[in-house]
Amino acid sequence: MFLGVLLGALINLNGSGHYIHWGFIQMSVANFVVIVLMIVVFVLAILLPFPKRKRGGQ
Amino acid sequence: MSIETGTPAEAPAPTSTPEESRQWTARVRHAAESAFPPHQLLPDRQPAYMASWIYVFGVLTVVSLAWVIITGCILAIMGPSWWHVSSAGHLVNSLHLWSVEAFFFFMVIHLWGKFFMAAWRGNRRLTWATGVISFLASVGAAFTGYLSQQNFDSQWISTQAKDGINSTGAGAVWNVLNFGQMLMWHIVLLPIGVAAIAGLHVLLVRRHGIVPPFDESDADPAPATASAIAADEPA
Repeated sequence: MFLGVLLGALINLNGSGHYIHWGFIQMSVANFVVIVLMIVVFVLAILLPFPKRKRGGQ
Repeated sequence: MSIETGTPAEAPAPTSTPEESRQWTARVRHAAESAFPPHQLLPDRQPAYMASWIYVFGVLTVVSLAWVIITGCILAIMGPSWWHVSSAGHLVNSLHLWSVEAFFFFMVIHLWGKFFMAAWRGNRRLTWATGVISFLASVGAAFTGYLSQQNFDSQWISTQAKDGINSTGAGAVWNVLNFGQMLMWHIVLLPIGVAAIAGLHVLLVRRHGIVPPFDESDADPAPATASAIAADEPA
C-alpha cells in the first residue's frame, strides 16, 4: 500500500482536466507544461557545457 | 551468379572481374559500399563541434522509438484483456505511452535544434525531408494509437475525429470509426513507415555527416575527412 502511494503520481490525475483559455486558443495545462519543459530543456542544451573526457585516467 | 570453390584463405580479392560486374548482386554490393563505406557507417571519430548537448537529441529520439516498438510488440503479443486488467499489463501499457511521450519530446527539441542550425545546408536536403516525413508519420501513428486503446477515451476521440476527417473527404477511405482499420494502421503500416523513414534518415546522417555550426560551414567537411577530433579526446 505504502509502496503504491510512494510510486503513484505526485499529482492526483484522477480528476477532470484543467484548461488554459487565451482568446480562441484552448490548451490543457498538461500540454502547456510539456511545451514549457521542452523550451527549458532546449535552452539548457544550448547553454550548458558538454562534459569533456579526461585523457586515459592521467 | 557464380559460386567460388576453395577455402576461405583462397578467396579472391574484392576486385570484380568483368563477369562479376554484370551480376546484379555485385552491382548492388558496389553501390552499397560506395554509398555507405563502413568507416562512414560506423565512425569512431566525429568533428569537435559535436561536443554539445543539442546533438544528443537525435539519438535520444531513436532510443525512445526502440522502446515504443519493443513495448508495442509486447502489447501485441498479450492483447487488450492483459493490458487493461493485469498489473504487468498496466506497466507495459504505461511504458508504451511514456516512451511515445519521450519520443515526441526529444524529437521536437531535435527538430528545433536542426531548424535553427539550418540543417539542410551542405546537400542535406534529403536528410531534412526524411526527418519531416518521419515526424508527420509519427503523428499519424500516435493518433491511431489513441484510437486503438479500446476504452471510452478512444471512443470519444474517434467520434470527435470523424467530423474533421470527413470534412477533408478522406473519410470515404479512412474511417476513424473502423477500429480494425485504425488498429492495422497503428500496428502495421505506420510503424513500418516510421521505422523505414527513420532508418533512412539515420543512414543519410551517416552519409553526409552531422551539420556543422554556421561558422564552420565554409569548410563543411565530410565526416571522414573533417578536422576531426578523436572521440576520446577533449573537444
